[in-house]
Amino acid sequence: MISLIAQIGRTTLGQLTGMGRMFLFLLAAFAWVFRPPQRLRLILYHIRTIGVDSLSVVILAGVFTGMVMGLQGYYSLRKFNAESFLGSAVALGLLRELGPVLSAFMVTGRTGSAMAAEIGSMRVTEQIDALYSMAINPVQYLVSPRIIAGLLSMPLLTAIFDVVGIFGAYLIGVGLLGVSSGSYFAGMESSVVFQDVWSGLLKSLSFGLIITWVCCYNGFHASPSATGVGEATTQSVVLCFVLILVWDYFMTSVML
Amino acid sequence: MIRVVDLHKAFRGQQVLKGVNLELETGKITTIIGGSGCGKTVLLKHLNALLLPDRGSVLVDGMDITRIGAGALNDVRQKFGVLFQGAALLDSMTIFDNVAFPLREKTKLSESEIQQRAEERLDQVGLAGMGYKYPAEVSGGMKKRAGLARALVMEPEIVLFDEPTTGLDPLLGKSIHELIRKVHAAFGFTGVIVSHDIPEVFHISDRVAMLANGVITEAAVTPEFVESKNPIVRQFLRAETEGPLAVI
Repeated sequence: MISLIAQIGRTTLGQLTGMGRMFLFLLAAFAWVFRPPQRLRLILYHIRTIGVDSLSVVILAGVFTGMVMGLQGYYSLRKFNAESFLGSAVALGLLRELGPVLSAFMVTGRTGSAMAAEIGSMRVTEQIDALYSMAINPVQYLVSPRIIAGLLSMPLLTAIFDVVGIFGAYLIGVGLLGVSSGSYFAGMESSVVFQDVWSGLLKSLSFGLIITWVCCYNGFHASPSATGVGEATTQSVVLCFVLILVWDYFMTSVML
Repeated sequence: MIRVVDLHKAFRGQQVLKGVNLELETGKITTIIGGSGCGKTVLLKHLNALLLPDRGSVLVDGMDITRIGAGALNDVRQKFGVLFQGAALLDSMTIFDNVAFPLREKTKLSESEIQQRAEERLDQVGLAGMGYKYPAEVSGGMKKRAGLARALVMEPEIVLFDEPTTGLDPLLGKSIHELIRKVHAAFGFTGVIVSHDIPEVFHISDRVAMLANGVITEAAVTPEFVESKNPIVRQFLRAETEGPLAVI
């Protein structure tokens, strides 16, 4: 019994220590943003890898999510003779929840995993040690620009996801199932308020931070082996998905 | 002058260094030899504080680098150049950009001066005209040469070589040794080499130290070291499986 309690205690302490390290890592990354030299070129490069390179997959996911919402929403609303509310249902669902969460999932899968693997393999091949030995702080060089790029890219990707999602639902609802175009947009206009838009974008901003923070941390602390890089990548993706959902619930409950 | 004093280091309960004491003379090349996994690279990484000891100190020009702040440590690290075992070139950059990288980051030289100096170093290591290639596109020997060019580009006072010939064929290994001798003659740095390449590495070493059982068992100028009566050194140099040194 005592050994069981000791084991629980050790595990808890281990988890708390790990969380503390993660927070210190994040603080260090933010502190390095404000110290020279400024890494504008690296930030732009990572905006390309996180933002531009994820664009196609985000658009694809957005269109099909919107199409499914159009289809499901139409048949659900028709039971109550409320097809005219399709536009507002789709817009509210996308702007508040599905846009930020699904685009964050896409970016985690597309870029976050690659980020963890890249930094992890830099750890294995001593490239991170090489940066230290050249008196260049690897957190400033590798992590801070990615976090800034993630913070800037995610809201933009989410906005694009929302727009193409609304368009996808329009294609199905209006183009295929015969909902009136006017009622689709009028319903949206009457029910969507600015808070719906910014709450979604605020969520996506925090998801951008979660993805880059978690993936950089796990890559940076990968065990120096091929298995270590694989584990870091898997852990990053799983932890990002869980944290995105947990944080989404937390933010929703605060902002409603 | 670098002095290592009573250095202890353990990883997950396994004691690797158990009180290492060593002096590395300025301007000389000292080679550290020892069995696989005995802690040579761990010792080397303490010399520029890539690893911090559990106990003991590393004095670089009289300053204990295990007890200084990040800013002062960065200043000390700029005295060092390091050739890592796998060269540790940044694989997102070309070889030229790798060599130019420390100059771009740490100096205010103009781009034309950076280009001139990086090309000069690439030429010295026999990689003239190869700078446009990426690390993944060149052989192991070329990576080591590029790593050496990067280690030397800031004209460091101290250069650390972590197994510079491991994984290379004997001819390439010899060419790397000759290159180290040539650049040492040109720059006069303090060199520390960790190597298994016995006896070839002795030709470029002023002093040799042997690490065994977590301590330096023998350190002497090369001719004396080769003639050492220390049974551990004799067993290692003669590659005998029987003796005081446990073969794992």
